[in-house]
Amino acid sequence: MSSASNSATTAAGGKTADKVFKGVAYACGILILVTLAAVALFLLFRAWPLIGGDQAQNVAAIESFTGNKAHNFWQFVGPLMFGTVLVAASALIVSFFISVGIALFISHYAPKRLATALSYVIDLLAAIPSVIYGLWGGIVLVPAVYPFWNWVATYFGWIPIFAGPAANPPRTVATVALVLAVMILPIITSLSRDIFLQTPRLQEEAALALGATRWEMIKLAVLPFGRSGMVSASMLGLGRALGETMAVLMILSPGLTYSAHLLQASKNQTIAANIASQYPEANALGVSILIGTGLVLFLITFLVNFIARKIVEKASV
Amino acid sequence: MGQRIDVKDLNIYYGDFLAVENVNIEIEPNKVTAFIGPSGCGKSTVLRTLDRMHEIIPGAHVKGEVLLEGRNLYAKDVDPVEVRRDVGMVFQRPNPFPTMSIRENVLAGVKLNNRKINKSDADDLVEWALRGANLWNEVKDRLDNPGVGLSGGQQQRLCIARAVAVHPQVLLMDEPCSALDPISTLAVEDLINELKKEYTIVIVTHNMQQAARIADYTAFFNLKAVGQPGHLTYFADTTTMFNNPQNEEAERYISGRFG
Repeated sequence: MSSASNSATTAAGGKTADKVFKGVAYACGILILVTLAAVALFLLFRAWPLIGGDQAQNVAAIESFTGNKAHNFWQFVGPLMFGTVLVAASALIVSFFISVGIALFISHYAPKRLATALSYVIDLLAAIPSVIYGLWGGIVLVPAVYPFWNWVATYFGWIPIFAGPAANPPRTVATVALVLAVMILPIITSLSRDIFLQTPRLQEEAALALGATRWEMIKLAVLPFGRSGMVSASMLGLGRALGETMAVLMILSPGLTYSAHLLQASKNQTIAANIASQYPEANALGVSILIGTGLVLFLITFLVNFIARKIVEKASV
Repeated sequence: MGQRIDVKDLNIYYGDFLAVENVNIEIEPNKVTAFIGPSGCGKSTVLRTLDRMHEIIPGAHVKGEVLLEGRNLYAKDVDPVEVRRDVGMVFQRPNPFPTMSIRENVLAGVKLNNRKINKSDADDLVEWALRGANLWNEVKDRLDNPGVGLSGGQQQRLCIARAVAVHPQVLLMDEPCSALDPISTLAVEDLINELKKEYTIVIVTHNMQQAARIADYTAFFNLKAVGQPGHLTYFADTTTMFNNPQNEEAERYISGRFG
């Protein structure tokens, strides 16, 4: 690469460099498609016993996984899908407003020094491995957050998702959502901040010159400009939350129901955490079933990204 | 009705850098006052102090007074947001809000600060502002189309309509025609002539013919060298400025023998 660009001093060398670069760029583009296809094929291939194999054996394996609660694959994966989406969506809802708030603070309110320091801290959050978040969540947050959830269940219990009694220890979707919210906060914050900083100055001045306050200027100029960027940022965050394994595994007390009672334990489990917890003890067929659930997660993520793309396209018209 | 502006001993800073020094100028109500001068002389900077837009740049501040009908805009108890409602501004390039329709753009300023307006009043105001900006006949059938779908000249007149819709006393224009073709420029110049019946107008322009065509008074700004503060060199009625200037620098600039 570098030798090609170094020799690009003459016109002919320039042409060669151009060709080389074009080739490299094409290869990178194709590589990502090949990787994606390879992952999809791997999942499909390894999950094949589940689809094309002996169904009686499958049923037996699923019954042993679930303690005789589920009798076919969809009964097994259904609650897992529900749990995955519930955990990820709760995390996104918590994280989105905080992230956008932080991003706006950095881009439009904070003095320059504070903004730089804050950006740095946020980026640092992204570098913490998820097992650390899991440890922190399990050891520190779980005991500490119980009084808060108890308070929520007491005063907001009339809202179905907050129905009590709050589990103690709160190894619940609500607590996991808080931890995941912190984990996806950096990506949503930094992408939103970047897009907010790109708001055309002329738009901001147009709003201010009309007599807008700072917040009104943000509503008139910054947020409409950043809308599609905020959606993409959220979807990246949601993607991370959907696939998050360790933190969920270490905090959540699992269950296989369609319950949306966030404060109650042993109600839900996510696909990724379920794979991680059951994989070590599974036989060949069990692994196939788990990989089948992985295929479902792959499709969910794919679908989420597809929908996000459609939303962004619509918003930018 | 337009209001008069008196600028007294105004020094304008970016951080520690003195950008424009010691400006004293009296801007007459219901007249057009043009600011001319070479690039970097601070004419836009001075303009932006008249509605306190200067200070939105971090570190930017002023010393001195700007009196709008005797009221100091830089007094401690004055809210810049209120100042900008009394003093409207039109920018170098048209900047309608891209996600808003033509109608919403006109009403954008009116709906600020949680003010409510009922639909028929809003309809009347939209028509009044767009008529005032000589745009009504061109857009009356497509008020719900996006503002950015208009041509550059129409967009600039839309921005003028948006500025007048909040009933300011003064309209500031920062090279409003510099991004427009000659025909659109003519439309905006005609409009400025109409608008001065209602508003005091201050316009920054690089185009001296434009200043000669539309301004009643002209202020010439200059700077001694790059890095030195700009200052108001000469202020006169436009006829004197362009026919018989009593200032050598201004005379050289206007006759094109500058620098």
